[in-house]
Amino acid sequence: MTRAPKAHRSNALPPGAWWIWALGLGTAASRTTNPLLLALLIAVAGYVVAARRTDAPWARSYTAFVKLGIAVLGIRLAFAVFLGSPIPGTHLLVTLPELPLPHWAQGIRVGGRVTAEGLLFALYDGLKLATLLICVGAANALANPARLLKSLPGALYEAGVAVVVALTFAPNLIADVQRLRAARRLRGRPDRGLRGLLHVGLPVLEGALERSVALAAAMDARGYGRTAEVAPAVRRTTTVLTLGGLLGVCAGTYGVLTAEGGTYGLPVLLAGVAAALGGLWLGGRRSVRTRYRPDVWGVRAWLVTGSGVAVAAGLIVSAAYDAASLSPGVVPLTAPALPLWPAAAILLGLLPAFVAPTPHSREPSTPKDPS
Amino acid sequence: MIRFEDVSVTYDGAVEPTVQGVDFEVPEGELVLLVGPSGVGKSTVLGAVSGLVPHFTGGTLRGRVTVAGRDTRTHKPRELADVVGTVGQDPLSHFVTDTVEDELAYGMESLGLAPAVMRRRVEETLDLLGLADLRDRPIATLSGGQQQRVAIGSVLTPHPRVLVLDEPTSALDPAAAEEVLAVLQRLVHDLGTTVLMAEHRLERVIQYADQVALLPSPGAAPTLGTPSEIMAVSPVYPPVVDLGRLADWSPLPLTVRDARRRAGALRERLTELVPKPRTPEPRTPQPRTPEPRTLQPRTLLPRTPRPTARRATVPQATAPASIEALAVRHGRVEALRRVDLTTAPGEIIALMGRNGAGKSTLLGTLVGLVAPAAGSVLVGGAVPHRTAPRDLVRRVGLVPQEPRDLLYADTVAAECAAADEDAAAEPGTCRALVSELLPDIGDDAHPRDLSEGQRLALALAVVLTARPPLLLLDEPTRGLDYAAKARLVTVLRGLAAEGHAIVLATHDVELAAELAHRVVVLADGEIVADGPTAEVVVASPSFAPQVTKVLAPQPWLTVTQVREALA
Repeated sequence: MTRAPKAHRSNALPPGAWWIWALGLGTAASRTTNPLLLALLIAVAGYVVAARRTDAPWARSYTAFVKLGIAVLGIRLAFAVFLGSPIPGTHLLVTLPELPLPHWAQGIRVGGRVTAEGLLFALYDGLKLATLLICVGAANALANPARLLKSLPGALYEAGVAVVVALTFAPNLIADVQRLRAARRLRGRPDRGLRGLLHVGLPVLEGALERSVALAAAMDARGYGRTAEVAPAVRRTTTVLTLGGLLGVCAGTYGVLTAEGGTYGLPVLLAGVAAALGGLWLGGRRSVRTRYRPDVWGVRAWLVTGSGVAVAAGLIVSAAYDAASLSPGVVPLTAPALPLWPAAAILLGLLPAFVAPTPHSREPSTPKDPS
Repeated sequence: MIRFEDVSVTYDGAVEPTVQGVDFEVPEGELVLLVGPSGVGKSTVLGAVSGLVPHFTGGTLRGRVTVAGRDTRTHKPRELADVVGTVGQDPLSHFVTDTVEDELAYGMESLGLAPAVMRRRVEETLDLLGLADLRDRPIATLSGGQQQRVAIGSVLTPHPRVLVLDEPTSALDPAAAEEVLAVLQRLVHDLGTTVLMAEHRLERVIQYADQVALLPSPGAAPTLGTPSEIMAVSPVYPPVVDLGRLADWSPLPLTVRDARRRAGALRERLTELVPKPRTPEPRTPQPRTPEPRTLQPRTLLPRTPRPTARRATVPQATAPASIEALAVRHGRVEALRRVDLTTAPGEIIALMGRNGAGKSTLLGTLVGLVAPAAGSVLVGGAVPHRTAPRDLVRRVGLVPQEPRDLLYADTVAAECAAADEDAAAEPGTCRALVSELLPDIGDDAHPRDLSEGQRLALALAVVLTARPPLLLLDEPTRGLDYAAKARLVTVLRGLAAEGHAIVLATHDVELAAELAHRVVVLADGEIVADGPTAEVVVASPSFAPQVTKVLAPQPWLTVTQVREALA
């Protein structure tokens, strides 16, 4: 097999492929509490991110998600220690002083016995949540959010642009705050602390407002919001389809969720979704926009997607045949074993690290000089 | 192509029209330059072409503006987007997407061009503007010149027949400006694009103009004519025209080349004369050290002493600023390396170099905004980034690139009162300085409503309230017209005579030639030249002022020198 090519715009993987891959890993994680399998999933996601992450700002979010996962794990363990665990256990680790609670708070316990079984159960459970978060983080790091928005249907495009502009706005706002706090230093006022931050608030907001007005003018002058002439009939049909579709979705959901609506719920929901999609598609005809170099869903994208789906499918099937090895018991305490087949299925998730195009070597970015 | 028929624009709340009697036509395929002092309504005229005035800004437009036969009254800016491309003063507020290539395609996507066409045009434009290496880069990481080129490229891709540019080169270093202008000329010559452009730095652009529209004063009707006709009467003119007027050349030369051809006689008259230093030589604190004056006439003193000779005379502890072996890093990028610089009281230093060379970073280290990675920085004997801001303002003051960053209050009076308090100065100190710098600023004016020049004066006064021995200015002439620039030069000279050391980071070679004793050129974070202005500036083709180029090999720098010598 030839080595993966260098990444450039034409062979860049569509963000959707990365998301499906990551969600596949996440689905797999939700099917098991075996810590060895979960650790393997984390390792697979981490390896792919390390191998295929770019230098882009959004790629740095992975670390944040890992930290969040660790925090979730910690919180889950703390809850198990201080609030007790429903798992009956015999291996007592420590007995915390128990807070006497009134009669009506029966079933709630603060403090008390901490058993190895309860702690282990919490660990498995927390690890599952952390793995899910890390999978989402991997998708965030590997897929460009702006390009994901570009894959929206035409009718939603303008909303997508608004989101992209908002996304670029936050860093600008932070840069403004930093600049103005620096300017406070030039005036001889302290540039640190909360007061300094409050003082620059108004100028920063003013600046942000001015910038958004300037941006709106520039976008207008560049043709944002140009619409094509469409026949009145088409316009009316669009409205009817969209509104009717939304109503159908609401009614259908209600039907599905209530006991009586069992018969009509699902068909109405499906019809509503279809009508809404039709409305969107028709609405897209009002927009004259074309797409510049849209992402191509090629062989590599299919392989990446497929590996994610395979991991998920592998674990779902294993869970059906061999539930015990995927959810190792904690009562009695046993060391979890690594089931061979599910582990092999998870390793399929490594495929993107070999088939996805390699990002550019990390070159130092040029300093941003305001002059 | 663009037709103004008796146009006047009155903004909401204004008593008088901002511009009136605008009645001219820009023929297809011409580059027309809009000139005039600050505040005469150049941006308003430009905005009327793209329809942003009055559709976006509000106000009332009387008369009629048509572009390629379309009336801007009935066509909104977005409906003119296929014929007019507009680039405003600040390229950053122009960008919609996050990478260069997407930005170039954005306008075409809005117009609904076919994907194959878009692809081809993006490639062509990347080559035309020299952006091919930057195609995948996030826009936020580009330098000012690169951003300006991306902004121009982004409006070029839909192939507009009219291009409207508001000060396209004022933020750029001389080389980047030439690059942008060369592109514009190519568009006009090869593609027949009509260009309407406003620019303060006439020395950069006048030679490219086919016609010039002059807005002489606020509310006055513009006059249109050939560049040399207009330059003969214009209140704003580049140095080469000034020289031409001085020497009574007719027709007036617009380029250095024209002027050189006619300069034979002038050069002969000047051979016997010697240029006077434009700014009095700084006082060295220890006059007992006998030291040859470096700015004495070059003709009498062919070999100048190394600048280190002067540095040695100023002891580190008392020098307004002394920098030794300074290195600064931004993340993994080395912004400055092995920089040595010492200033003497009363000395004016111009810091030059291309965009991103590290000029702003160097000024930032002097006020403690940037901590050095290695080396030492001392400002009046104190380490800036470890000194409390209250203490530091009495040693060093910086007027940032955007003077507005320094101003918080609602009125000039409140701003001045706050400045007095910040600096622990006598109440009224700042106000007195403002009146000295610009007599006609009212107490109740809002800092935001001031013109660029007035705002700069106010920020300068705020900084000077603490009487810092070291004054730093970052790109002070951006957006200033020639009159405001001349006032700034007088003010700074006065401050230097009082003993303030001044360091200015600038792209404006004419300003450096007029004002600076010493020029320091930075490239890639290192000092590549450091010496008396006359030497450094004459030796460099891109940093030489126009008069030097015209009168080379004689060492004249500014028209004022020539005028004084001939008088």
